[in-house]
Amino acid sequence: MEITYREAIVAAQREALKNDDRVMVMGEDIGVSGGPFKTTVGLFEEFGGARVRDTPICEEAFVGAAMGMAVTGRRPIVELMFADFMGVCFDQIVNGIAKHRFMCGGKVMVPLVIRTMGGGGTRFGAQHSQTGETWVSQFPGLKVVCAADPSDAYNMLRWAIKEDNPVIVLEHKFLFTRTQDVDLDAPISADILTPAVLRQGNDVTIVATLAMVERALAAAETLAAKGINVEVINLRCLRPLNMEPILESVRKTNRLLCVEENHSTGGWGGEVAARTTSEAFDYLDAPPERLTLPDWPMPYSPELEDAAMPSADKVVETVVAMLT
Amino acid sequence: MSDPKTKKVKLSGTSATRLPHKVLIDLYGRMRSIRAFEDKIHDSFLNGLVYGTTHLCQGQEAVSAGAIAPLIDGDYLTYTYRGHGQCIARGMDMEAAFAEVFGRSTGVSGGLGGSMHLTDMDLGLIGSFAIVGAGLPVAAGAAMTCQYEEKGNVAMTFFGDGSTNIGAFHETMNLAVVWNLPLLFICENNLYGEYSPILSTTPYEDIARRAEAYAMPSDIVDGNDAQAVYEVVSRHVERARRGGGPGFIECKTYRYKGHSRSDPAKYRTDEELASWMEKDPLKQMVKLLMENKILTQKEIEAIDQEISAHTDMAAKNAAEAPFPTEKSLLDETYATTPLKNFG
Repeated sequence: MEITYREAIVAAQREALKNDDRVMVMGEDIGVSGGPFKTTVGLFEEFGGARVRDTPICEEAFVGAAMGMAVTGRRPIVELMFADFMGVCFDQIVNGIAKHRFMCGGKVMVPLVIRTMGGGGTRFGAQHSQTGETWVSQFPGLKVVCAADPSDAYNMLRWAIKEDNPVIVLEHKFLFTRTQDVDLDAPISADILTPAVLRQGNDVTIVATLAMVERALAAAETLAAKGINVEVINLRCLRPLNMEPILESVRKTNRLLCVEENHSTGGWGGEVAARTTSEAFDYLDAPPERLTLPDWPMPYSPELEDAAMPSADKVVETVVAMLT
Repeated sequence: MSDPKTKKVKLSGTSATRLPHKVLIDLYGRMRSIRAFEDKIHDSFLNGLVYGTTHLCQGQEAVSAGAIAPLIDGDYLTYTYRGHGQCIARGMDMEAAFAEVFGRSTGVSGGLGGSMHLTDMDLGLIGSFAIVGAGLPVAAGAAMTCQYEEKGNVAMTFFGDGSTNIGAFHETMNLAVVWNLPLLFICENNLYGEYSPILSTTPYEDIARRAEAYAMPSDIVDGNDAQAVYEVVSRHVERARRGGGPGFIECKTYRYKGHSRSDPAKYRTDEELASWMEKDPLKQMVKLLMENKILTQKEIEAIDQEISAHTDMAAKNAAEAPFPTEKSLLDETYATTPLKNFG
C-alpha cells in the first residue's frame, strides 16, 4: 500500500495499540491534536485519552515515567517532539533507561520506545535541527535505529514496540511526506535493523542514515551518468552496529564514504571508518572519507543552512575526488 | 526553627499510643533492623568490605518504617542513594543486601549495582537512584501502571530536601496532580542537601510549601516519630488507593552521619547533632512501648538481640560469598527478546 512516512508511523502505533493493552502513547500535543507533525492522527479518537495521552511540557518527567511503566509491565511509546529535546531528559535516557536493567543484575526488562524527530533542512534553526544520532548511540543498554523511508518508519517502529529493550527510533522531519509502497502485513522482524544495500555499484561504498540516504541515492544517479557506480547502504541501526554488510561492500568497492547529518567529531561515520580500517584494511584503496555538518550550529538563513547540510552535489564531488 | 519563613512544626514528643500494639512493635522492629544494617555497613566500610562510598541513614529510620509499613503487595517504591533504610523496611533479604554492598555475586543485583543501587522487583523495590531527583519521574510511571491496572495499588517515592530544588521534582509534582496519580511523595527533610544547610539552598525550611504550589494535599510530620509518620502516611495512602490522587508528606528528621563516607560533617555543631540524638526515633519508640507497658525492657532487649544476631549472620555470610568473576555482561545489559514477541 502506498503510504507516507508519517502515515507509516501512525499505522505502526495503531496496530500496537489495537493488539496489546499494555501499549500506550504519550507526548506533547499528540492526543487531541494528533501530534505537531501529525504522527498520531486518529489514535486519540480510536483509543481514548488514557492510552493516547497528552503530557505537560516536561520531558524529564514523562520519559522517566515511561521507564517506570516499562519496569512495571507496561509497554509505553513516547514521542519527543524534536530530537533536540532529548537534551532535556538526557539523564533519564542515559543514566536511567539505558542502565537500569544492568544495575538490577539483568533481572528487569525496560521495554519502551522513544520516537523522536530530528534533522535539518527545515529552517528551524540551531535548537530544532539536530538528528540526535550521536547523542544516544554511545550507551550500552539502548538500541538506536534511524528510519530513512516509510518502510523503515513502519517496520522499525513495529519491531521496537515488540522489543524487550529500550529503543530510540529516530525519524527525520524532512521525510514526513515521502511515499512508498509498504506491505502493512509484513512479518515483524529484527531483520529491519540490517543495513540495506539500496543500490549496487563497484566504485565506492556510501553509507548514510535518515535524510542523507535519499541524497546519496540522488548523487548515485548523477554519478552513474558520469560512468561512476556507487553502492548505497542505508545503515539503519546505530546500536548495535552491524558492520558485516558494509565490510562486504567495501571488500568489493575498496572505498568508503560515510554521509551523516552530524558534526564530524564523535559522529558515527568515524566509528564506521575506524572499524572498516581495522577489519578490511587490506581492501582499502583510499582513506575512508566522511561528509558531515561543519563545526558550527545549524544556521537559520536558507542559503547558510543549505550550505551546511551534506547535499547530493557534495556527495558527487567527494566521490569524484576519491576516485581521482 | 526560629526563621520567620518557617511554620511552627509541632514535634509530637508524646507518649500516647494511637496505633494497635502490634503495629508499634512492627515499626520498632523495622527501625531496629535498619539501624543494625546501617551500623554494620559502617563497620564493614571501615573493615574494607565496602567499595567506593556509601550513604547511611542512621537517625532517619522512622521515616522508612512509618511510611512503608502501610504499603501492601503490589505497591511500588523508588528511593535514593541513601536507600538502604527503605529496602530493609520493605523486607529486602539482608544477606543479599549486604552482599550487594560488598560487591558479591550473591547480591540482589549480582554485585553490578552496589550500595547506591539496591533493587528487588518482587518487593516492588524499583530502585535507588544515584542521580538526585531521578527516581521521582520513574515512580510516576509506576503510579501510572497502578492507575491502569485498577487494583488499588500505589507508588511511593522517597527523596531528600535537597532534591526539591531540581527540575525532576517539580515536573513530577505537576504531572502527579494533573493526572491524579496514586503517588505518595515522602520528603525526608534532614536539613542538609549533601554538605549544605537547607537555608543556604532553599528559601524556607518547610518543603511542604512546595506541594501547596501544585495544589497537592500535604502534611508536615515529626519524622523521628514512627507512629506519627505511619498515621499521616496511611491517610494519604488510603486516599490514593481510592483514586484521590497524590499526597506529599514532609518528614522532619536528621542524619547522624555525613552525606557519604568522604564527609566528616564538619559543617554542623556537636550540639545540633546531640539535640537530634536526644530525639532518636528508636529511643522514642522504646519509651512509648515501655511507658505504655506494651513491651518490657527485657522483651525489647530480646528483639534487639534477635535482630542483631540476624544482622551479624547476614553480614558474615555475605562477606564469605564469592565475588563475580570476569565474564561478558551483555546479557545483563540487554534482554534477549523471545521470537514469540514478534508473533
